[in-house]
Amino acid sequence: MNDVSLGFIFLDALLINNFVLAVFLGICPFIGVSAKFSTAWRMGVSVIFVITVSSVLAYGANALLVALNAQYLRIITFIVIIASTVQLVEMFIKKSSPALFRALGIYLPLITTNCAVLGVALFQTAREYSFAQSVVYAIGSSGGFCLALVLMAAIRERLELSDVPPTAQGTALVLMLAGLLSLAFMGFAGMGGGS
Amino acid sequence: MHVHATIDPQDTVNQDAFLDGLWKQNPVFVQVLGTCPTLAVTNSVSNALAMGAATLFVLVCSNVLISLVRKLVPKQVRIATYILIIATFVTVVDYVIKAASITVYKALGPFIALIVVNCIILGRAEAYASRNPVGRSALDGLGMGIGFIIALLCLGGVREILGAGTFLGYPLFGPGYQPWVLFLLPPGGFFTLGAWLLAFNAWKRRKEKTA
Repeated sequence: MNDVSLGFIFLDALLINNFVLAVFLGICPFIGVSAKFSTAWRMGVSVIFVITVSSVLAYGANALLVALNAQYLRIITFIVIIASTVQLVEMFIKKSSPALFRALGIYLPLITTNCAVLGVALFQTAREYSFAQSVVYAIGSSGGFCLALVLMAAIRERLELSDVPPTAQGTALVLMLAGLLSLAFMGFAGMGGGS
Repeated sequence: MHVHATIDPQDTVNQDAFLDGLWKQNPVFVQVLGTCPTLAVTNSVSNALAMGAATLFVLVCSNVLISLVRKLVPKQVRIATYILIIATFVTVVDYVIKAASITVYKALGPFIALIVVNCIILGRAEAYASRNPVGRSALDGLGMGIGFIIALLCLGGVREILGAGTFLGYPLFGPGYQPWVLFLLPPGGFFTLGAWLLAFNAWKRRKEKTA
């Protein structure tokens, strides 16, 4: 798996195996923060940042754990790295944009339990990606998360104006829409020489 | 859990702690938590069962330990402490499954490690185990865990029956059945959970109307 080209890793993580729509990671924020377009893309960008930073740190930490022969500490180490990165981002956003901080609300600290973040760290380790591959993979998959979130938010903003039967309102409708988006994204499966 | 001749208030509290998770407060269908593993591992009933059992174990153990240390942990670092406790138990489960069955381990893949970030577990730690005694927290974990298994089976059952025409690997419809493969693929997961939620909404609205 180690000789996959960087371009393919990027496309694969962004579109073909989109984190939200094909691998089922990060569904909670996908449903929770996708009601408004402006919040959605800001959340997406903060997730891109958190995932990229934590992926770099996780790569370093994993190398250290392997050197120490202490792989059983992997899950705990990764989660600590992610929690501290989220804390950093939280402090940064609170300082630089209090309005955004309020808009993201509870979902900001919840990035810690966004499974996409831990997912990237675990997948890059399992696939034995090199450092450059890991970074590209992290950017691609978090970009894919951001893309799915923004797409869904755009659809939901339009839905506000349409007449939805009361039974179908809420999460059920979002899941159905996600299913349709996921169907559409399956069309990317042939890209890059098939997989 | 306990069978007593008389019902005192303590018992009903315990019963509620256990029963709420099963249906009334079902983590997946009512609280819409833990959706990622719910969608990702329910393409067959056996995967759903394995995932549910692993989550149940982590949920009960972490609830018990968090309830034990709830008075020792300073408020500011409580979430970090909970996550570390949960991660420890997940590591245990990860190694146990790897030792017990390598096929299950491969089928579930990184989703075993991802139990750490299953919001049901952290949610119960914060909302229940951090403010209730040990026994009740254990019951709460058990109830929620079984509720999670029920939800996983509801999804896994529909997806395996429609998508492969089998249940737990046994063919149901004979050789003439053309499997509806879409239900094994990611969109099928979204559609199935969406359909269950729709059904619950419709049921709830009908009950409200008649009441």
